[in-house]
Amino acid sequence: MTQAKTLQPEEARQKLKFYQKGTFTVGNRLVSEEERSVQASEDRSNALTSGHRACQGCGEALGARYAIDAAMRATDSDLIAVNATGCLEVFTTPYPETSWQLPWLHSLFGNAAAVATGVAAAMRVKKKKTRVIAQGGDGGTTDIGFQCLSGMFERNDDVLYICYDNEGYMNTGVQRSSATPPAARTATTPAVGPSPGNVFGTGKFLPKIAVAHNIPYVATATVADLHDLERKVVKAMSIHGARYIQINVPCPLGWGAASCDTIKLARLAVESGLYPIFEAEHGRVTQARKIRKQVPVREYLILQKRFAHLFRDGVDDPRVARLQAICDAHIAEYGLLGEDNEV
Amino acid sequence: MLKQIEGSQAMAQAIALCRPEVICAYPITPQTHIVEGVGALVKTGDLENCEFINVESEFAALSVAIGASAAGARAYTATASQGLLFMAEAVYNAAGLGLPIVMTLGNRAIGAPINIWNDHSDAMAMRDAGWIQLFAETNQEAVDLHILAFRLAEELSMPVMVCVDGFILTHAVERVDIPDQAQVDAFLPPYDPVQVLDPEHPASIGAMVGPEAFTEVRFLAHYKQQQALRLIPAFSGELAKAFGRASGGVLRTYRTEDAETVVVAMGSVCGTIKDVVDEMRDEGAKIGVVSLVSYRPFPVEELRRILAPAKNVVVVEKSIAVGVGGPLADNIDGALRNLDGRPKLHSAIAGLGGRPITRASLRRLFHTAVENPWQGAHFLDLNEHAVGREIHRVRKIRRSGSTAENILRQLAAANPLPPG
Repeated sequence: MTQAKTLQPEEARQKLKFYQKGTFTVGNRLVSEEERSVQASEDRSNALTSGHRACQGCGEALGARYAIDAAMRATDSDLIAVNATGCLEVFTTPYPETSWQLPWLHSLFGNAAAVATGVAAAMRVKKKKTRVIAQGGDGGTTDIGFQCLSGMFERNDDVLYICYDNEGYMNTGVQRSSATPPAARTATTPAVGPSPGNVFGTGKFLPKIAVAHNIPYVATATVADLHDLERKVVKAMSIHGARYIQINVPCPLGWGAASCDTIKLARLAVESGLYPIFEAEHGRVTQARKIRKQVPVREYLILQKRFAHLFRDGVDDPRVARLQAICDAHIAEYGLLGEDNEV
Repeated sequence: MLKQIEGSQAMAQAIALCRPEVICAYPITPQTHIVEGVGALVKTGDLENCEFINVESEFAALSVAIGASAAGARAYTATASQGLLFMAEAVYNAAGLGLPIVMTLGNRAIGAPINIWNDHSDAMAMRDAGWIQLFAETNQEAVDLHILAFRLAEELSMPVMVCVDGFILTHAVERVDIPDQAQVDAFLPPYDPVQVLDPEHPASIGAMVGPEAFTEVRFLAHYKQQQALRLIPAFSGELAKAFGRASGGVLRTYRTEDAETVVVAMGSVCGTIKDVVDEMRDEGAKIGVVSLVSYRPFPVEELRRILAPAKNVVVVEKSIAVGVGGPLADNIDGALRNLDGRPKLHSAIAGLGGRPITRASLRRLFHTAVENPWQGAHFLDLNEHAVGREIHRVRKIRRSGSTAENILRQLAAANPLPPG
């Protein structure tokens, strides 16, 4: 395996900030060597290497690759990953092939956090410095894996848990999870009847629950800002104890969106206020990523077939306004508008 | 060292002597004293180099053990009854991943109705999960089987469940010989895993397997369990030599040489049955008993050889496979399959939910099996009157309520509390 140099959180921070202006974005290739962000390095570990079977435009594959590569760099590749059952597990390891270039263990759907606790305990007892990451989708995290996750948090076990949140059970054919947004059509919340799609007033935002455990570090992230994602992973790996990162990863299949719109959707989810991006340490929110220019949630919804029933016959359903109210509440709660105080 | 000691504490000391590196604890009666005992040894520092983790459920307990074992640590946990069912998915997973976890099962009934007392329903529920299941007859054997279990598990890369009767063994204070550390160290080498999570040699463990290989994987799991039938006696022999006493083996026989009637049972009830056998032998009956230690793997050939000369085989078991009968009896029946002139098989269900199995009832049972055999499963000491009344009541009344409460009400009516 390629050994890359270990990065400190500050080093992983993006040196230049590129704002997306509705054009094809500029990237690393246009800046000098020193200013390039690390992911462009040829030394990256490619922990989740090519050849896997994710769908075209899969946000989870993208998020996982950046997250695990950042963690590999931060730990000098001394890292073990535990994976919950789900898309990420299935598309990376059809026996006897594997896309993982780090030690990787899949046990069950609901126990990734507990299995990771066991791996971390083994490392401690064997006096090894090897770090441990557990990862799963939103179903494996917010629903079936919730008890094990809360236990791992409460014990402050030395595990970084990463949830790739695509807002539903995509591996089993797009069913509702407790992370599915209101009004979204899934196979178990079909777009039929007087209240089509997922009901309002349900679901949970796990990052807040994680914060309530007073663990050392909680963050949300998005595949629309990979440098921010990398920085958060690197920061998480610089801390010991229970840590949680939830990454918003659009699912073209489950959301009924074009494969080429994955990053765009992820960005609109943030810029509309629907998906607040923040960090918290020891039970307190320490930083929220500001929205440069708030976009109406309608722009985000209309690109996805799972919300198509909100725009039938060219008329906006009143529930679009209810979703907008949710965005506005997030903006108020996390102070998402105003000056960006990020470095 | 001889000690007058509670079974759970004796097992805790034996487990500590095996130098476990990760122990996961979640309380459930009647195994709780065991993990409490080992936990105290970790806390005092008597058991060094061991992580003791208080988890939030049995599912997590075994999951933590899975992670620890896959990362190369010797892992232990204990459970019982509902706890075993709650971790069921992980029970199968640990076996499928070939992880040599050792788990004590303080055998207890499964609800509803909720019942904390001893029977073997929990072990039976997981009998096909791919674990080796060993049943202890005494607390001395419980101690020895745990030490044997780690050796066996790690030799085969297969988890082992040591089944000990809840309360009858776990809470009984009796004389137990606890080996010393040097004896255990000589018997049990450090854990050397066949596959381990190691950043120097990255491997993916737990990948998906399709129809092209699943049958072969399962066949090899079955094949590997069969190896235990050879290893259990071999390791038991080594243990006997080191500790100076016989424990384990796949089964033990008692006065079966010329026996026309052979009783088969598992666990602590074998002690009572031996007393009855002695009494009946004194009266001239040709009767003996097989104490089955290894339920999984099931020693088919050995049982066939021992049971073939008998006229009657009586299986006494503490479990009921509802809708079929006794699972142990079914397995014994399978062992006798296609045997010419095979003995008659008599299935008895006894001791459910902690009901005492008395010598008097066993004597009656063994006599009846020979003189007036029954068909199907016989429920020892069944209150036929209460059952009859309840069946009649349910036929008459649609909204008949809870069977469990109705039976209790009947019993209360039949045995009213004295006034005042």
